[in-house]
Amino acid sequence: MRLLTCKEATRLASQGLDRKLGFGERLSLRVHLAVCGGCAAVARDMAFLRKAIAKLGENTHAP
Amino acid sequence: MDDFRSGVEQQRPYLLRYASVQLRDRDAAEDAVQETLLAALANPAAFGGRSNLRTWLTGILKHKIVDHLRRAGRESPLAGEEDTDDFDALFDARGHWRDAPVAWADPDASLEQRQFFAALEDCLARLPAKTARTFLMREHLGCGTDEICKELGVTPTHCWVLLYRARMALRECLQTHWFGR
Ligand SMILES: [Zn+2]
Repeated sequence: MRLLTCKEATRLASQGLDRKLGFGERLSLRVHLAVCGGCAAVARDMAFLRKAIAKLGENTHAP
Repeated sequence: MDDFRSGVEQQRPYLLRYASVQLRDRDAAEDAVQETLLAALANPAAFGGRSNLRTWLTGILKHKIVDHLRRAGRESPLAGEEDTDDFDALFDARGHWRDAPVAWADPDASLEQRQFFAALEDCLARLPAKTARTFLMREHLGCGTDEICKELGVTPTHCWVLLYRARMALRECLQTHWFGR
């Protein structure tokens, strides 16, 4: 298993929201996120963004 | 019947804001809303027993917005957005954070705040057009990447790059204008 840079890890975290990652990719990502707080925060924020965008327009401009 | 008509008409300002955020083009937004209202008024029976007029109209509007994005994708393929930065400034030469992000405190609480969504809309408006279009088709309209690639004429790899850029840019923007205040 190859060690990821933070740049690669954030890319994979993003792609994980759009396609099924391969086994090796998932493993590398999980290992990186376990030791890197910055990337773990970004991965969480990306998932949060998805939730926020889904709500955009739903409860925002209620009269 | 007149109640239905005026009820539908009352939703126009809401729908217009909604479409403006998605399409980032006032004229296109007005077209999409007009089409939505006409479709609704032409077929009131379709509303039937549904409980919420706004939700129903928003559902129709989403389809009209997707149609507009598709048409726009075909008419102006939005070339030349390839070279926008890949957040190199965030990382050092070895690809690690220069300044590691910290977790946002209780982000879910923001979902209850109208001002948060205003900040999110502002951040969306700052994205380059193709990036925003790809991101909104994916995250708001729920299109699969296959579909987006086809509609926008980009490869899956490029599509993922655009989605990555959108997420990173929105994260940075919200960090600056909302979570880091
Ligand atoms: Zn990292």
